[in-house]
Amino acid sequence: MAKSLKNIKWKHYLNYIVIAVVTILFAIMSMSNALTSSTIYLLEKIAIAVLLTVSLSVVVGFLGELSLGHAGFMCVGAYLGGKTACLLEASLGNGILSLLISLLVGGAVAALCGVIIGLPALRLKGDYLAIVTLAFGEIVRSLFLNSSDASFGGPLGLDTPRYDKNVLFIIAFVAVLICLAVIQNLIRSKHGRAITSIRDNEIAARATGINITKYKLTVFTIAAFFAGIAGVLYSYSNYTIQSAKFNYNYSIEILVMVVLGGMGSINGSIIAATLITVLDVELQTILTGETAVLQDLLYALILIVLVVYNNAPALKAFRERNSMKNFLRKITKAKHDPAHRADDEAKWDRVPTKIEMNEVLSTEFQPTMSTLEPDRKEDL
Amino acid sequence: MEIIETLISGLSSGGTYAMIALGYTMVYGIAKMLNFAHGDIIMVGGYAIYTTMIATKNPILGLGVAIIFCMLLGISVEKIAYKPLRGASPLAVLITAIGVSYLLQSTAQMIFGTAPKMVIVAEMGNMEIGALKIPYYIIVTLVCSAIVMVALTLFVKKTKTGRAMVAVSEDRGAAQLMGINVNRIIMITFAIGSALAALAGFFMLMKAPSLTNTLGAMPGIKAFTAAVIGGIGSIPGAMIGGLLLGIVEAVTSKSAAIAPYTDAIEFLILIIILLVRPTGILGKVRREKV
Repeated sequence: MAKSLKNIKWKHYLNYIVIAVVTILFAIMSMSNALTSSTIYLLEKIAIAVLLTVSLSVVVGFLGELSLGHAGFMCVGAYLGGKTACLLEASLGNGILSLLISLLVGGAVAALCGVIIGLPALRLKGDYLAIVTLAFGEIVRSLFLNSSDASFGGPLGLDTPRYDKNVLFIIAFVAVLICLAVIQNLIRSKHGRAITSIRDNEIAARATGINITKYKLTVFTIAAFFAGIAGVLYSYSNYTIQSAKFNYNYSIEILVMVVLGGMGSINGSIIAATLITVLDVELQTILTGETAVLQDLLYALILIVLVVYNNAPALKAFRERNSMKNFLRKITKAKHDPAHRADDEAKWDRVPTKIEMNEVLSTEFQPTMSTLEPDRKEDL
Repeated sequence: MEIIETLISGLSSGGTYAMIALGYTMVYGIAKMLNFAHGDIIMVGGYAIYTTMIATKNPILGLGVAIIFCMLLGISVEKIAYKPLRGASPLAVLITAIGVSYLLQSTAQMIFGTAPKMVIVAEMGNMEIGALKIPYYIIVTLVCSAIVMVALTLFVKKTKTGRAMVAVSEDRGAAQLMGINVNRIIMITFAIGSALAALAGFFMLMKAPSLTNTLGAMPGIKAFTAAVIGGIGSIPGAMIGGLLLGIVEAVTSKSAAIAPYTDAIEFLILIIILLVRPTGILGKVRREKV
């Protein structure tokens, strides 16, 4: 038993544990009425942002396809889930059962849209796919905006039942945990390695026998499903949902969180989503009226500086010298195992891949009699 | 008669889209990047026209100032934000462009506030040819965009700089080996694209005089759609895509039942065309090599 515990890679489970502990702490606090309703609303927002960011991170960071329509999937989930909740309220009441059913309905319909968007993804690449996802988001938004009042509320928005707020954020965080379990297990399995190999080189991945169709569709479907779930949670945490919320700027906001968290890093996505959501709310209380625009300005500047710093080829050497890893290594230098360090610092970029011409020319090639003999025999 | 009027107004707004789409497509063809901030250059041009018109009341001078200001802005954005990322992943460049777009929008909002500004470029009536009744701004837009498209095509085909641009978009490395200054060509491309955006801003203000900091956002996306429909990277493609989109918009907005879905229909056309021809109408199929 002790041995098997030792074998578990705790690093892999750290984020589950942290999220679970934080959720339990807040749940206890809410039960003892220590939380204000604005804090609870913030928690719900964080959970929704984390769901969206982590699910988009699989598409952008691991599959390497740019999606600019993530808010569209959320929109589908929010409207379908919200409508289901409205319909179920009469028969089942506003209980956990109707919540679960609407979560499933919203997620499933969004996942179906994910399949529909995933299909062109098989033919299109990069920028073309990005514009198709953007178009999808706008189409969905426009359809819900122009729906009749009886179906989805039209331009006024759909009124949805609000769930008991002391419980909803716990459910939202449970959804986050489920999402993490699904996505992290996918990424750490052989399927995850197949997905990242498609990102790194699609042709090579195809050549090694990876079924690209299957993996692209899977990733789009899973990402859309969890975006739909986030949408349903959004509809439960707000009284009305309006399609104007889900415009392409919102998709880009989610993308910004993914980028700030670091491409291909789930924990980074979680941290970025949390930080930006908290910062958003905090800045909204500080910056009001005319100064509110400073927030956008700040985000834009941070985004440009971070992306240029992290990606500029000219800054590569500087980045490597001043990276966080190096900094940590300096701090923990005393503990460092020399053998491990040597391996770490091997200069992989200096591994000779080209054969030096001089070396080839300087080796003398002396034909021996045995190699020449067969030819001679033929000549004779 | 109404059909002809609709078609002419569609061609005119299509000309505006084509103007913006040309900026997208040229930058894509030469710098291999999606300049998401291109739509916001239109907005900056609009504010330049507004500021000049407050001072001098001269719309043509305003247009001149807007074109020069936008050219300088386009060049400096390229130098500061995009040039350091040359050779980095396309996604990184795209996200920087999104950042630049936000930056321009919020800067404009900070300077000019959120309230829409009224910019009446010129008071123009309708032109009547027999039973046809066409507003003058539509004619001006149509004629101007036709002239610009012809001029641009001639520039690309006949001049040394234009041919250098084609060469850079075909193969950057080979063009550099032939002695073409790639950085200079990219700079010129951004300058031309931004000037066209300023002109498109002028046309848009002629059509509807209300100016906000999100003026360029939706037309930018539409024009991007037009560029992709025509095959991004192809100059005639951008023109075809822009005109097509303009006509579709004019026709759909005539019918009250379909009018609210105009955007959805345009994007649906995009998806359908991409499904049939994954690189747009005139786009080249590039074989990918390992």
